[in-house]
Amino acid sequence: MSEAPMIAIEGLSKTYASGFTALKNVSLTIDRGEIFALLGPNGAGKTTLISIVCGLARASGGRVTVGGHDVVTDYRAARSLIGLVPQELTTDAFETVFDTTSFSRGLFGKPPNPAYIEKVLTDLSLIDKRDSRIMTLSGGMKRRVLIAKALSHEPAVLFLDEPTAGVDVELRRDMWRVVRQLRDAGTTIILTTHYLEEAEEMADRIGVINRGELMLVEEKTTLMRRLGGKRLTIELAEPVAAVPDMLAPYGFEISADGRKLVHSYDASGEGSAIAPILAALAGTGLAVKDLGTEESTLEEIFVGLVGGKS
Amino acid sequence: MNALSLNIHAIRAIYRFEMARTRRTLLQSIVSPVLSTSLYFVVFGSAIGPHMNEIAGVSYGAFLVPGLIMLGLLTQSISNASFGIYFPRFVGTIYELLSAPVSPLETVIAYVGAAATKSTLLALITLGTAALFVDLRIDHPFWMVAFLLLTAVTFSLTGFIIGIWADNFEKLQLVPLLIVTPLTFLGGSFYSIDMLPPFWRTVTLFNPVVYLVSGFRWSFYGHSDVPVGISLGMTFVFMLICLAVISWIFRTGYRLKR
Repeated sequence: MSEAPMIAIEGLSKTYASGFTALKNVSLTIDRGEIFALLGPNGAGKTTLISIVCGLARASGGRVTVGGHDVVTDYRAARSLIGLVPQELTTDAFETVFDTTSFSRGLFGKPPNPAYIEKVLTDLSLIDKRDSRIMTLSGGMKRRVLIAKALSHEPAVLFLDEPTAGVDVELRRDMWRVVRQLRDAGTTIILTTHYLEEAEEMADRIGVINRGELMLVEEKTTLMRRLGGKRLTIELAEPVAAVPDMLAPYGFEISADGRKLVHSYDASGEGSAIAPILAALAGTGLAVKDLGTEESTLEEIFVGLVGGKS
Repeated sequence: MNALSLNIHAIRAIYRFEMARTRRTLLQSIVSPVLSTSLYFVVFGSAIGPHMNEIAGVSYGAFLVPGLIMLGLLTQSISNASFGIYFPRFVGTIYELLSAPVSPLETVIAYVGAAATKSTLLALITLGTAALFVDLRIDHPFWMVAFLLLTAVTFSLTGFIIGIWADNFEKLQLVPLLIVTPLTFLGGSFYSIDMLPPFWRTVTLFNPVVYLVSGFRWSFYGHSDVPVGISLGMTFVFMLICLAVISWIFRTGYRLKR
């Protein structure tokens, strides 16, 4: 069974009037109900990609459909499925939280529904601020208001462009909870983020974009298994001057103080040889203080990918 | 909602949002134009007016009324409409409009409709204020309302264009200040163009405001500087030009889309 993707991007390119090419022949599909994280350094093309899908920018080439609707020729149907939380805190300072959220619902062609708006505000812990003017809110609260506005018309797709930039840890965790609830309710979520921890925590799939090119798209777990690595660290009770001969075949590195021996191996585990290493270690007679393994973080994978390309 | 139907909820949302801004800035929106109109009547109507001859059979004070209303209508239509669309561009909230399932027609109906409503209300308030100072008569009330609405819509369209074109607050003020106000003052708001020497009368006929003021004044006192049909036709032509420019703006995404 293959359900039509919620978002289909084919050969998308964008060159600005200045001549700067922000996107180069990007193709991507995003399935219904998944959380897709788009990672990339500043200026990689993340926001341009979102802008074209949402109608804020025009593509130079290629085609985008949302829910099967072309974002140019059938923009009404396509846009009515989308909620967008922009990167910048752009709000109507003088409006109240309730009014601005209701305004967004109307803008997207939905009749007034105060009960639904109140539910959204409650879910985002904004209900106490419903009659407050936006200018009186903190940055974190304004960010929640932007999410409430994006959710006001019950979108099937939610774009979160750097949703937790500049917000504190507590609020970030709160937002993750809301995003998971939305995903559980069937909403497709596309987020761009600088916080790799965020992508690692939430995403089902990850796309890495750099200099306008989509470098890879992979299931998060596959990505971490395929490109990630593991490290075995042996902490010694007494320092040594060099890697013992019996451990030399395994490519150990020694720390500057001689107290740690580090062996890196493939995350898939197929190429590792922990058991023989442990046997060899026993044979060296070294006094081991501690022993541990670590897995690469998404951040290390990302830096490796983008750093290598830059 | 199919492609042919209007997104009525969006039009209502934008319209109400714009009207709410007027309520929030009531002093600036309504009291200020009423005050300045009253001052015009005190200075031109009461202080200078008695020393002026009647024009086309009406006192100078009464003669001023249509011109003053038109002056307010033009400036308010332009400033309301230009600010209405410029401000979301300035603060960045325009992203929401651009990403919403709202057509250019709906956008224009909502923004221009709100701006024209505000300026028409102000024109009626000015008319009411004027009635306190001078004896008024309106010979053709239907045409008075028609001219009022047509002018309000046409200049709100102009304001909308200015609001899209402007990329700073200075430019937002530039056209109303340097072009519209002089044209209004020189367009027969305070005098009949028949009072001018023949050369300047001919030059004045190139000023579009002449046709608006003349037609509007005719609806009050049955006297016009240029034939009413021409006034009406010129207003329609100006409106069509504005609509063509707006259509081009949305087609190309000028200053709206990257």
